[in-house]
Amino acid sequence: MKQIDKYPHKPKPIKPDMQQNTKAGGGFTDHLKAYRDQHAQSLFSSLGRLFSTPFTSTMTIGVLALAIALASGFYLVVINLQQLTTGLEASNQISLFLRDEISEAHANKYADNIRKNPNVRNVKVITKKQAMAEFKGFSGFGDAIDVLEKNPLPIVIEVLPKDSLVGKGALTKLFEDFKKSTEVDFAQMDMAWVERLQSIVSTARLGALLLAVLLGLAVFFIAGNTIRLEIHNRRQEIIIAKLVGATNSFIQRPFLYTGFWIGFLSGVSAWFIVTFIMLILRQSVENLSGLYAGAFHFLFFSYGETVILLAISSTLAVFGSWLVLYIQVKQLRPE
Amino acid sequence: MLKFENVYKRYTETGDVLKNVSFHLRQGEIAFLTGHSGAGKSTVLKLIALMERATRGDIVLDGQKLSAIKERHVPYIRRKMGFIYQDYKLLPDRTVFDNVALPLVIAGYGHQEVSRRVRAALDKVGLLSKEKKFPLALSGGEQQRVGIARAVVNKPPMIIADEPTGNLDPELSAEIMALFEQFQKVGVTILIASHDISLIQKMNHRVLRLDHGQLVAS
Repeated sequence: MKQIDKYPHKPKPIKPDMQQNTKAGGGFTDHLKAYRDQHAQSLFSSLGRLFSTPFTSTMTIGVLALAIALASGFYLVVINLQQLTTGLEASNQISLFLRDEISEAHANKYADNIRKNPNVRNVKVITKKQAMAEFKGFSGFGDAIDVLEKNPLPIVIEVLPKDSLVGKGALTKLFEDFKKSTEVDFAQMDMAWVERLQSIVSTARLGALLLAVLLGLAVFFIAGNTIRLEIHNRRQEIIIAKLVGATNSFIQRPFLYTGFWIGFLSGVSAWFIVTFIMLILRQSVENLSGLYAGAFHFLFFSYGETVILLAISSTLAVFGSWLVLYIQVKQLRPE
Repeated sequence: MLKFENVYKRYTETGDVLKNVSFHLRQGEIAFLTGHSGAGKSTVLKLIALMERATRGDIVLDGQKLSAIKERHVPYIRRKMGFIYQDYKLLPDRTVFDNVALPLVIAGYGHQEVSRRVRAALDKVGLLSKEKKFPLALSGGEQQRVGIARAVVNKPPMIIADEPTGNLDPELSAEIMALFEQFQKVGVTILIASHDISLIQKMNHRVLRLDHGQLVAS
Protein backbone atom coordinates (compact mmCIF):
# COMPACT_ATOMS: atom_id res chain seq x y z
CA MET A 1 0.00 0.00 0.00
CA LYS A 2 1.25 3.43 -0.84
CA GLN A 3 1.26 4.99 2.55
CA ILE A 4 1.36 8.72 2.28
CA ASP A 5 3.17 9.06 5.57
CA LYS A 6 6.07 6.95 4.33
CA TYR A 7 7.49 9.77 2.21
CA PRO A 8 11.09 10.70 3.05
CA HIS A 9 10.11 14.19 4.07
CA LYS A 10 6.95 15.53 5.55
CA PRO A 11 5.32 17.99 3.20
CA LYS A 12 4.31 21.30 4.62
CA PRO A 13 0.58 21.54 5.28
CA ILE A 14 -1.43 23.48 2.75
CA LYS A 15 -3.10 26.18 4.77
CA PRO A 16 -6.29 27.66 3.45
CA ASP A 17 -6.06 31.16 2.17
CA MET A 18 -8.93 32.68 4.07
CA GLN A 19 -8.82 36.27 2.94
CA GLN A 20 -8.97 36.00 -0.75
CA ASN A 21 -8.35 33.21 -3.14
CA THR A 22 -10.65 34.11 -5.94
CA LYS A 23 -7.90 35.96 -7.71
CA ALA A 24 -4.18 35.35 -7.78
CA GLY A 25 -1.98 37.42 -5.53
CA GLY A 26 0.91 39.54 -6.73
CA GLY A 27 1.13 43.05 -8.11
CA PHE A 28 -0.37 44.54 -11.21
CA THR A 29 2.60 43.63 -13.41
CA ASP A 30 2.41 40.02 -12.21
CA HIS A 31 -1.23 39.90 -13.30
CA LEU A 32 -0.35 41.47 -16.59
CA LYS A 33 2.44 38.97 -17.16
CA ALA A 34 0.21 36.05 -16.27
CA TYR A 35 -2.48 37.42 -18.59
CA ARG A 36 0.02 37.81 -21.43
CA ASP A 37 1.33 34.30 -20.81
CA GLN A 38 -2.20 32.94 -20.95
CA HIS A 39 -2.79 34.62 -24.30
CA ALA A 40 0.52 33.43 -25.71
CA GLN A 41 -0.23 29.94 -24.44
CA SER A 42 -3.70 29.98 -26.04
CA LEU A 43 -2.29 31.32 -29.30
CA PHE A 44 0.24 28.55 -29.72
CA SER A 45 -1.69 25.70 -28.15
CA SER A 46 -4.63 26.36 -30.46
CA LEU A 47 -2.28 26.25 -33.44
CA GLY A 48 -0.81 23.03 -32.08
CA ARG A 49 -4.31 21.62 -31.75
CA LEU A 50 -5.02 22.37 -35.42
CA PHE A 51 -1.83 20.58 -36.44
CA SER A 52 -2.62 17.63 -34.21
CA THR A 53 -5.72 16.90 -36.32
CA PRO A 54 -4.26 17.56 -39.79
CA PHE A 55 -7.06 15.89 -41.75
CA THR A 56 -9.94 17.78 -40.16
CA SER A 57 -8.02 21.04 -40.18
CA THR A 58 -7.09 20.68 -43.84
CA MET A 59 -10.70 20.00 -44.79
CA THR A 60 -11.99 23.04 -42.94
CA ILE A 61 -9.26 25.37 -44.10
CA GLY A 62 -9.61 24.03 -47.65
CA VAL A 63 -13.31 24.89 -47.80
CA LEU A 64 -12.73 28.34 -46.33
CA ALA A 65 -9.74 28.97 -48.59
CA LEU A 66 -11.82 28.17 -51.68
CA ALA A 67 -14.58 30.54 -50.60
CA ILE A 68 -12.10 33.31 -49.89
CA ALA A 69 -10.21 32.57 -53.13
CA LEU A 70 -13.44 32.86 -55.14
CA ALA A 71 -14.30 36.19 -53.61
CA SER A 72 -10.82 37.68 -53.82
CA GLY A 73 -10.25 36.19 -57.29
CA PHE A 74 -13.31 37.98 -58.63
CA TYR A 75 -12.08 41.13 -57.01
CA LEU A 76 -8.78 40.83 -58.87
CA VAL A 77 -10.57 40.18 -62.18
CA VAL A 78 -12.65 43.32 -61.68
CA ILE A 79 -9.56 45.34 -60.74
CA ASN A 80 -7.90 44.19 -63.94
CA LEU A 81 -10.96 45.01 -66.06
CA GLN A 82 -11.19 48.41 -64.47
CA GLN A 83 -7.64 49.05 -65.50
CA LEU A 84 -8.71 48.48 -69.11
CA THR A 85 -11.29 51.22 -68.98
CA THR A 86 -9.39 53.86 -67.05
CA GLY A 87 -6.95 54.40 -69.95
CA LEU A 88 -9.87 55.10 -72.28
CA GLU A 89 -11.69 57.53 -70.13
CA ALA A 90 -10.36 60.74 -71.68
CA SER A 91 -11.25 59.85 -75.25
CA ASN A 92 -14.38 61.43 -76.73
CA GLN A 93 -13.26 60.81 -80.28
CA ILE A 94 -15.84 60.29 -83.02
CA SER A 95 -15.08 57.89 -85.86
CA LEU A 96 -16.86 58.44 -89.17
CA PHE A 97 -16.82 55.43 -91.48
CA LEU A 98 -17.44 56.79 -94.99
CA ARG A 99 -19.50 55.06 -97.62
CA ASP A 100 -17.54 52.73 -99.86
CA GLU A 101 -18.07 54.70 -103.09
CA ILE A 102 -16.60 57.90 -101.64
CA SER A 103 -13.21 58.60 -103.18
CA GLU A 104 -10.14 59.70 -101.29
CA ALA A 105 -10.33 63.20 -102.78
CA HIS A 106 -13.95 63.51 -101.77
CA ALA A 107 -13.06 62.34 -98.30
CA ASN A 108 -10.33 64.95 -97.97
CA LYS A 109 -12.72 67.67 -99.07
CA TYR A 110 -15.27 66.48 -96.54
CA ALA A 111 -12.58 66.46 -93.85
CA ASP A 112 -11.64 70.04 -94.70
CA ASN A 113 -15.27 70.95 -94.27
CA ILE A 114 -15.38 69.42 -90.85
CA ARG A 115 -12.20 71.31 -89.88
CA LYS A 116 -14.11 74.53 -90.34
CA ASN A 117 -16.56 73.50 -87.60
CA PRO A 118 -15.64 75.60 -84.52
CA ASN A 119 -16.44 72.70 -82.23
CA VAL A 120 -13.79 70.47 -83.73
CA ARG A 121 -10.22 70.44 -82.54
CA ASN A 122 -8.62 67.96 -84.87
CA VAL A 123 -9.54 65.87 -87.89
CA LYS A 124 -7.54 62.97 -89.24
CA VAL A 125 -8.24 61.02 -92.43
CA ILE A 126 -7.30 57.37 -92.47
CA THR A 127 -7.22 56.12 -96.03
CA LYS A 128 -8.14 52.58 -97.03
CA LYS A 129 -4.46 51.72 -97.40
CA GLN A 130 -3.50 53.15 -94.05
CA ALA A 131 -6.37 51.39 -92.39
CA MET A 132 -5.32 48.12 -93.97
CA ALA A 133 -1.73 48.53 -92.86
CA GLU A 134 -2.81 49.32 -89.33
CA PHE A 135 -5.23 46.45 -89.20
CA LYS A 136 -2.63 44.01 -90.53
CA GLY A 137 -0.15 45.10 -87.91
CA PHE A 138 -2.40 44.89 -84.88
CA SER A 139 -5.08 42.37 -85.56
CA GLY A 140 -2.89 39.36 -86.15
CA PHE A 141 -4.89 38.49 -89.24
CA GLY A 142 -2.09 39.69 -91.58
CA ASP A 143 -1.81 36.58 -93.71
CA ALA A 144 -5.53 36.08 -93.99
CA ILE A 145 -6.02 39.63 -95.22
CA ASP A 146 -3.45 39.15 -97.98
CA VAL A 147 -5.78 36.59 -99.50
CA LEU A 148 -8.55 39.19 -99.99
CA GLU A 149 -8.79 40.58 -103.53
CA LYS A 150 -10.35 43.87 -102.58
CA ASN A 151 -9.66 46.08 -99.56
CA PRO A 152 -12.90 45.83 -97.55
CA LEU A 153 -12.03 48.65 -95.18
CA PRO A 154 -13.73 52.01 -95.52
CA ILE A 155 -12.08 55.41 -95.34
CA VAL A 156 -12.31 56.64 -91.76
CA ILE A 157 -12.30 60.21 -90.56
CA GLU A 158 -11.37 60.57 -86.92
CA VAL A 159 -12.85 63.70 -85.43
CA LEU A 160 -11.63 64.96 -82.08
CA PRO A 161 -14.13 67.47 -80.69
CA LYS A 162 -12.95 70.37 -78.56
CA ASP A 163 -12.62 69.59 -74.86
CA SER A 164 -15.03 72.40 -74.08
CA LEU A 165 -17.65 70.20 -75.71
CA VAL A 166 -17.44 67.48 -73.14
CA GLY A 167 -20.84 68.49 -71.88
CA LYS A 168 -23.03 65.68 -73.10
CA GLY A 169 -25.69 67.50 -75.10
CA ALA A 170 -23.32 69.39 -77.42
CA LEU A 171 -21.26 66.30 -78.12
CA THR A 172 -24.34 64.27 -78.97
CA LYS A 173 -25.60 67.04 -81.27
CA LEU A 174 -22.28 67.10 -83.14
CA PHE A 175 -22.44 63.34 -83.42
CA GLU A 176 -26.01 63.40 -84.73
CA ASP A 177 -25.02 66.02 -87.35
CA PHE A 178 -22.22 63.81 -88.64
CA LYS A 179 -24.56 60.86 -88.77
CA LYS A 180 -26.88 62.77 -91.10
CA SER A 181 -24.25 63.73 -93.70
CA THR A 182 -24.50 61.80 -96.94
CA GLU A 183 -20.82 60.81 -96.96
CA VAL A 184 -21.08 58.96 -93.68
CA ASP A 185 -22.10 55.35 -93.68
CA PHE A 186 -21.69 54.75 -90.00
CA ALA A 187 -20.63 57.04 -87.16
CA GLN A 188 -19.39 55.88 -83.88
CA MET A 189 -18.67 57.76 -80.74
CA ASP A 190 -15.82 56.06 -78.85
CA MET A 191 -17.26 57.54 -75.69
CA ALA A 192 -20.29 55.31 -76.03
CA TRP A 193 -18.10 52.28 -76.10
CA VAL A 194 -16.14 53.47 -73.14
CA GLU A 195 -19.35 54.08 -71.27
CA ARG A 196 -20.69 50.70 -72.17
CA LEU A 197 -17.47 49.03 -71.05
CA GLN A 198 -17.47 51.06 -67.89
CA SER A 199 -20.99 50.06 -67.09
CA ILE A 200 -20.13 46.42 -67.73
CA VAL A 201 -17.19 46.75 -65.37
CA SER A 202 -19.25 48.47 -62.71
CA THR A 203 -21.88 45.73 -62.99
CA ALA A 204 -19.13 43.18 -62.60
CA ARG A 205 -17.82 45.09 -59.63
CA LEU A 206 -21.21 45.06 -57.96
CA GLY A 207 -21.52 41.35 -58.72
CA ALA A 208 -18.11 40.72 -57.22
CA LEU A 209 -19.05 42.70 -54.14
CA LEU A 210 -22.28 40.76 -53.64
CA LEU A 211 -20.46 37.51 -54.17
CA ALA A 212 -17.83 38.58 -51.65
CA VAL A 213 -20.52 39.33 -49.09
CA LEU A 214 -22.11 35.91 -49.61
CA LEU A 215 -18.80 34.10 -49.44
CA GLY A 216 -17.83 36.18 -46.42
CA LEU A 217 -21.00 34.97 -44.72
CA ALA A 218 -20.02 31.44 -45.68
CA VAL A 219 -16.65 31.93 -43.98
CA PHE A 220 -18.47 33.29 -40.94
CA PHE A 221 -20.78 30.31 -40.69
CA ILE A 222 -18.24 27.63 -41.54
CA ALA A 223 -15.82 28.97 -38.94
CA GLY A 224 -18.66 29.14 -36.41
CA ASN A 225 -19.69 25.59 -37.16
CA THR A 226 -16.12 24.34 -36.85
CA ILE A 227 -15.89 25.93 -33.43
CA ARG A 228 -19.26 24.45 -32.51
CA LEU A 229 -17.89 20.98 -33.25
CA GLU A 230 -14.74 21.80 -31.32
CA ILE A 231 -16.83 22.86 -28.32
CA HIS A 232 -18.76 19.62 -28.62
CA ASN A 233 -15.52 17.59 -28.67
CA ARG A 234 -14.10 19.42 -25.68
CA ARG A 235 -17.31 19.54 -23.70
CA GLN A 236 -15.91 17.67 -20.74
CA GLU A 237 -12.90 19.96 -20.58
CA ILE A 238 -15.10 23.05 -20.61
CA ILE A 239 -17.29 21.69 -17.83
CA ILE A 240 -14.29 20.83 -15.67
CA ALA A 241 -12.82 24.28 -16.24
CA LYS A 242 -16.15 25.82 -15.21
CA LEU A 243 -16.22 23.68 -12.07
CA VAL A 244 -12.84 24.94 -10.95
CA GLY A 245 -13.90 28.53 -11.43
CA ALA A 246 -13.10 29.43 -15.03
CA THR A 247 -14.89 32.49 -16.35
CA ASN A 248 -16.60 32.27 -19.74
CA SER A 249 -13.97 34.49 -21.30
CA PHE A 250 -11.20 32.21 -20.05
CA ILE A 251 -12.97 29.25 -21.63
CA GLN A 252 -13.63 31.10 -24.88
CA ARG A 253 -10.09 32.34 -25.36
CA PRO A 254 -8.42 29.24 -26.86
CA PHE A 255 -11.42 28.71 -29.16
CA LEU A 256 -11.22 32.28 -30.39
CA TYR A 257 -7.58 31.74 -31.19
CA THR A 258 -8.53 28.57 -33.04
CA GLY A 259 -11.01 30.67 -35.04
CA PHE A 260 -8.31 33.21 -35.73
CA TRP A 261 -5.89 30.57 -37.00
CA ILE A 262 -8.53 28.96 -39.19
CA GLY A 263 -9.34 32.33 -40.76
CA PHE A 264 -5.74 33.41 -41.10
CA LEU A 265 -4.51 30.14 -42.59
CA SER A 266 -7.48 30.09 -44.97
CA GLY A 267 -6.61 33.63 -46.06
CA VAL A 268 -3.00 32.63 -46.68
CA SER A 269 -4.12 29.56 -48.64
CA ALA A 270 -6.58 31.66 -50.65
CA TRP A 271 -3.81 34.10 -51.51
CA PHE A 272 -1.70 31.26 -52.89
CA ILE A 273 -4.64 29.77 -54.80
CA VAL A 274 -5.51 33.09 -56.46
CA THR A 275 -1.90 33.99 -57.19
CA PHE A 276 -1.32 30.56 -58.70
CA ILE A 277 -4.37 30.87 -60.96
CA MET A 278 -3.37 34.39 -61.96
CA LEU A 279 0.11 33.19 -62.88
CA ILE A 280 -1.45 30.59 -65.16
CA LEU A 281 -3.76 33.20 -66.71
CA ARG A 282 -1.13 35.90 -67.07
CA GLN A 283 0.69 34.41 -70.03
CA SER A 284 -2.40 33.99 -72.17
CA VAL A 285 -3.92 37.33 -71.16
CA GLU A 286 -0.71 39.12 -72.00
CA ASN A 287 -0.52 37.35 -75.34
CA LEU A 288 -4.05 38.47 -76.07
CA SER A 289 -3.32 42.01 -74.98
CA GLY A 290 -0.19 42.02 -77.14
CA LEU A 291 -2.34 41.26 -80.17
CA TYR A 292 -4.41 44.35 -79.50
CA ALA A 293 -1.32 46.49 -78.96
CA GLY A 294 -2.49 47.02 -75.43
CA ALA A 295 -0.07 47.84 -72.68
CA PHE A 296 -1.96 45.69 -70.22
CA HIS A 297 -0.15 45.02 -66.98
CA PHE A 298 -1.57 42.14 -65.13
CA LEU A 299 -2.37 43.14 -61.55
CA PHE A 300 -1.77 40.83 -58.58
CA PHE A 301 -2.54 41.46 -54.93
CA SER A 302 -0.61 44.43 -53.61
CA TYR A 303 0.91 44.36 -50.12
CA GLY A 304 -1.98 46.42 -48.81
CA GLU A 305 -4.57 44.17 -50.41
CA THR A 306 -2.83 41.10 -49.02
CA VAL A 307 -2.95 42.53 -45.52
CA ILE A 308 -6.64 43.41 -45.97
CA LEU A 309 -7.39 39.95 -47.32
CA LEU A 310 -5.80 38.30 -44.27
CA ALA A 311 -7.40 40.77 -41.88
CA ILE A 312 -10.89 40.22 -43.32
CA SER A 313 -10.63 36.44 -43.37
CA SER A 314 -9.27 36.30 -39.80
CA THR A 315 -11.83 38.76 -38.50
CA LEU A 316 -14.75 36.95 -40.11
CA ALA A 317 -13.63 33.62 -38.66
CA VAL A 318 -13.04 35.09 -35.20
CA PHE A 319 -16.43 36.77 -35.30
CA GLY A 320 -18.18 33.56 -36.38
CA SER A 321 -16.41 31.68 -33.60
CA TRP A 322 -17.24 34.34 -31.06
CA LEU A 323 -20.95 34.24 -31.83
CA VAL A 324 -21.09 30.47 -31.39
CA LEU A 325 -18.97 30.63 -28.23
CA TYR A 326 -21.05 33.39 -26.74
CA ILE A 327 -24.19 31.31 -27.07
CA GLN A 328 -22.83 27.83 -26.40
CA VAL A 329 -20.36 28.35 -23.57
CA LYS A 330 -23.06 30.11 -21.59
CA GLN A 331 -25.39 27.17 -22.11
CA LEU A 332 -22.87 24.52 -21.14
CA ARG A 333 -23.51 23.88 -17.48
CA PRO A 334 -21.82 21.38 -15.27
CA GLU A 335 -24.04 18.64 -13.90
CA MET B 1 -18.30 28.99 6.93
CA LEU B 2 -21.33 27.40 5.27
CA LYS B 3 -24.85 28.05 6.40
CA PHE B 4 -28.14 26.70 5.00
CA GLU B 5 -31.17 28.59 6.26
CA ASN B 6 -34.57 27.05 5.51
CA VAL B 7 -33.52 26.06 2.03
CA TYR B 8 -36.07 24.67 -0.40
CA LYS B 9 -35.41 23.39 -3.87
CA ARG B 10 -38.28 22.58 -6.18
CA TYR B 11 -38.10 21.15 -9.67
CA THR B 12 -41.16 21.46 -11.85
CA GLU B 13 -40.96 17.76 -12.79
CA THR B 14 -40.25 16.17 -9.41
CA GLY B 15 -41.54 18.67 -6.88
CA ASP B 16 -39.66 19.54 -3.68
CA VAL B 17 -36.27 17.87 -3.60
CA LEU B 18 -35.12 19.79 -0.52
CA LYS B 19 -37.54 20.86 2.17
CA ASN B 20 -36.61 23.36 4.82
CA VAL B 21 -32.97 22.33 5.12
CA SER B 22 -30.95 24.24 7.70
CA PHE B 23 -27.46 23.57 9.03
CA HIS B 24 -24.30 25.42 9.85
CA LEU B 25 -20.77 24.20 9.19
CA ARG B 26 -18.13 26.06 11.16
CA GLN B 27 -14.68 26.71 9.88
CA GLY B 28 -12.42 23.70 10.25
CA GLU B 29 -15.31 21.28 10.61
CA ILE B 30 -15.71 17.99 8.75
CA ALA B 31 -19.22 16.78 8.06
CA PHE B 32 -20.65 13.85 6.14
CA LEU B 33 -23.75 14.38 4.10
CA THR B 34 -25.61 11.14 3.80
CA GLY B 35 -28.95 9.63 2.91
CA HIS B 36 -30.50 7.18 0.48
CA SER B 37 -30.19 7.88 -3.23
CA GLY B 38 -32.59 10.58 -4.25
CA ALA B 39 -32.64 12.04 -0.76
CA GLY B 40 -31.21 15.29 -2.06
CA LYS B 41 -27.46 14.92 -1.38
CA SER B 42 -26.37 15.95 -4.83
CA THR B 43 -28.88 18.79 -4.87
CA VAL B 44 -27.27 20.22 -1.75
CA LEU B 45 -23.87 20.04 -3.43
CA LYS B 46 -25.21 21.62 -6.63
CA LEU B 47 -26.65 24.50 -4.63
CA ILE B 48 -23.30 25.09 -2.93
CA ALA B 49 -21.46 24.94 -6.26
CA LEU B 50 -24.00 27.35 -7.75
CA MET B 51 -24.92 24.88 -10.45
CA GLU B 52 -28.47 25.33 -9.23
CA ARG B 53 -30.19 28.08 -7.27
CA ALA B 54 -32.35 27.52 -4.21
CA THR B 55 -36.08 28.06 -4.71
CA ARG B 56 -36.39 29.53 -1.22
CA GLY B 57 -34.13 30.18 1.74
CA ASP B 58 -30.58 31.40 2.04
CA ILE B 59 -27.23 29.75 1.58
CA VAL B 60 -24.36 31.73 3.03
CA LEU B 61 -20.82 30.79 2.10
CA ASP B 62 -17.98 32.59 3.83
CA GLY B 63 -20.28 35.49 4.66
CA GLN B 64 -21.73 35.81 1.15
CA LYS B 65 -25.34 35.09 0.31
CA LEU B 66 -25.26 32.83 -2.72
CA SER B 67 -28.68 33.97 -3.89
CA ALA B 68 -27.25 37.46 -4.39
CA ILE B 69 -24.39 36.26 -6.60
CA LYS B 70 -24.77 37.30 -10.21
CA GLU B 71 -24.17 34.71 -12.90
CA ARG B 72 -20.94 36.34 -14.04
CA HIS B 73 -19.52 36.27 -10.51
CA VAL B 74 -20.20 32.57 -10.06
CA PRO B 75 -16.69 31.53 -11.21
CA TYR B 76 -15.13 33.64 -8.45
CA ILE B 77 -17.29 31.98 -5.81
CA ARG B 78 -16.35 28.55 -7.12
CA ARG B 79 -12.68 29.42 -6.62
CA LYS B 80 -13.35 29.52 -2.87
CA MET B 81 -14.19 25.84 -2.96
CA GLY B 82 -12.29 22.74 -3.93
CA PHE B 83 -14.49 20.09 -5.51
CA ILE B 84 -13.72 16.40 -5.45
CA TYR B 85 -15.76 13.94 -7.49
CA GLN B 86 -16.41 10.25 -7.49
CA ASP B 87 -15.31 10.03 -11.13
CA TYR B 88 -12.33 12.38 -10.49
CA LYS B 89 -13.16 14.60 -13.49
CA LEU B 90 -9.57 14.84 -14.67
CA LEU B 91 -8.59 15.89 -18.18
CA PRO B 92 -7.25 12.73 -19.83
CA ASP B 93 -5.13 14.59 -22.38
CA ARG B 94 -3.26 16.69 -19.82
CA THR B 95 -0.50 15.59 -17.51
CA VAL B 96 -1.01 15.29 -13.77
CA PHE B 97 0.85 18.57 -13.36
CA ASP B 98 -1.38 20.40 -15.85
CA ASN B 99 -4.52 18.98 -14.29
CA VAL B 100 -3.54 20.22 -10.86
CA ALA B 101 -2.39 23.55 -12.28
CA LEU B 102 -5.76 24.30 -13.93
CA PRO B 103 -7.36 26.25 -11.04
CA LEU B 104 -4.20 28.36 -10.67
CA VAL B 105 -3.95 29.10 -14.37
CA ILE B 106 -7.62 30.09 -14.34
CA ALA B 107 -7.07 32.38 -11.36
CA GLY B 108 -4.21 34.02 -13.26
CA TYR B 109 -1.17 32.97 -11.29
CA GLY B 110 2.25 33.49 -12.81
CA HIS B 111 4.27 30.60 -14.13
CA GLN B 112 6.63 30.26 -11.15
CA GLU B 113 3.89 30.51 -8.57
CA VAL B 114 1.93 27.83 -10.44
CA SER B 115 4.89 25.42 -10.46
CA ARG B 116 5.62 26.01 -6.81
CA ARG B 117 2.05 25.48 -5.66
CA VAL B 118 1.35 22.52 -7.90
CA ARG B 119 4.47 20.74 -6.63
CA ALA B 120 3.47 21.50 -3.03
CA ALA B 121 0.00 20.08 -3.61
CA LEU B 122 1.32 16.98 -5.39
CA ASP B 123 3.85 16.50 -2.61
CA LYS B 124 1.02 16.68 -0.13
CA VAL B 125 -0.89 13.84 -1.78
CA GLY B 126 2.32 11.89 -2.44
CA LEU B 127 2.30 12.09 -6.23
CA LEU B 128 5.20 14.42 -6.90
CA SER B 129 7.04 11.71 -8.85
CA LYS B 130 4.07 11.27 -11.22
CA GLU B 131 3.62 14.88 -12.31
CA LYS B 132 4.50 14.09 -15.94
CA LYS B 133 2.17 11.10 -16.19
CA PHE B 134 -1.28 11.18 -17.73
CA PRO B 135 -4.27 10.41 -15.50
CA LEU B 136 -5.18 7.17 -17.27
CA ALA B 137 -1.73 5.78 -16.50
CA LEU B 138 -2.53 6.03 -12.79
CA SER B 139 -4.53 3.77 -10.49
CA GLY B 140 -7.96 4.84 -9.22
CA GLY B 141 -6.60 5.85 -5.84
CA GLU B 142 -3.87 7.89 -7.46
CA GLN B 143 -6.32 9.59 -9.80
CA GLN B 144 -8.46 10.54 -6.82
CA ARG B 145 -5.39 12.01 -5.14
CA VAL B 146 -4.72 14.07 -8.26
CA GLY B 147 -8.31 15.28 -7.94
CA ILE B 148 -7.66 16.19 -4.32
CA ALA B 149 -4.45 18.01 -5.20
CA ARG B 150 -6.39 20.01 -7.77
CA ALA B 151 -9.04 20.82 -5.18
CA VAL B 152 -6.56 22.13 -2.61
CA VAL B 153 -3.96 23.75 -4.87
CA ASN B 154 -5.73 27.10 -4.73
CA LYS B 155 -5.88 26.84 -0.91
CA PRO B 156 -9.66 27.11 -0.70
CA PRO B 157 -11.26 27.54 2.72
CA MET B 158 -13.82 24.87 1.86
CA ILE B 159 -13.68 21.43 0.24
CA ILE B 160 -16.75 19.72 -1.16
CA ALA B 161 -16.41 16.04 -1.95
CA ASP B 162 -19.06 14.03 -3.77
CA GLU B 163 -18.68 10.31 -3.00
CA PRO B 164 -14.89 10.67 -3.03
CA THR B 165 -14.35 7.05 -2.09
CA GLY B 166 -17.16 5.60 -4.17
CA ASN B 167 -14.79 3.85 -6.56
CA LEU B 168 -12.09 2.95 -4.07
CA ASP B 169 -11.49 -0.05 -1.82
CA PRO B 170 -11.62 0.45 1.99
CA GLU B 171 -7.88 0.75 2.36
CA LEU B 172 -7.60 3.53 -0.23
CA SER B 173 -10.71 5.18 1.19
CA ALA B 174 -9.09 5.36 4.61
CA GLU B 175 -6.05 6.91 3.01
CA ILE B 176 -8.17 9.60 1.33
CA MET B 177 -10.00 10.29 4.58
CA ALA B 178 -6.69 10.65 6.40
CA LEU B 179 -5.78 13.31 3.86
CA PHE B 180 -9.03 15.15 4.56
CA GLU B 181 -8.31 15.12 8.27
CA GLN B 182 -4.93 16.67 7.59
CA PHE B 183 -6.60 19.50 5.73
CA GLN B 184 -9.10 19.91 8.55
CA LYS B 185 -6.25 20.40 11.01
CA VAL B 186 -5.13 23.53 9.18
CA GLY B 187 -8.62 25.01 9.20
CA VAL B 188 -10.25 23.81 5.97
CA THR B 189 -13.98 23.15 6.18
CA ILE B 190 -14.94 19.88 4.53
CA LEU B 191 -18.30 18.51 3.43
CA ILE B 192 -18.32 14.94 2.18
CA ALA B 193 -21.36 13.43 0.51
CA SER B 194 -21.24 9.68 1.00
CA HIS B 195 -23.43 6.68 1.59
CA ASP B 196 -20.54 4.54 2.79
CA ILE B 197 -22.02 3.91 6.25
CA SER B 198 -19.12 1.84 7.59
CA LEU B 199 -16.64 4.54 6.66
CA ILE B 200 -18.78 7.26 8.19
CA GLN B 201 -19.14 5.31 11.43
CA LYS B 202 -15.42 4.68 11.61
CA MET B 203 -14.57 8.35 11.17
CA ASN B 204 -16.60 9.77 14.01
CA HIS B 205 -17.42 13.14 12.50
CA ARG B 206 -20.58 15.15 12.26
CA VAL B 207 -23.25 13.56 10.05
CA LEU B 208 -25.98 15.40 8.16
CA ARG B 209 -28.61 12.85 7.13
CA LEU B 210 -31.16 13.66 4.50
CA ASP B 211 -34.40 11.73 4.08
CA HIS B 212 -36.74 12.62 1.23
CA GLY B 213 -35.36 16.13 1.11
CA GLN B 214 -35.53 16.79 4.81
CA LEU B 215 -32.63 16.94 7.21
CA VAL B 216 -33.32 14.26 9.82
CA ALA B 217 -30.04 14.38 11.71
CA SER B 218 -27.32 16.96 12.05
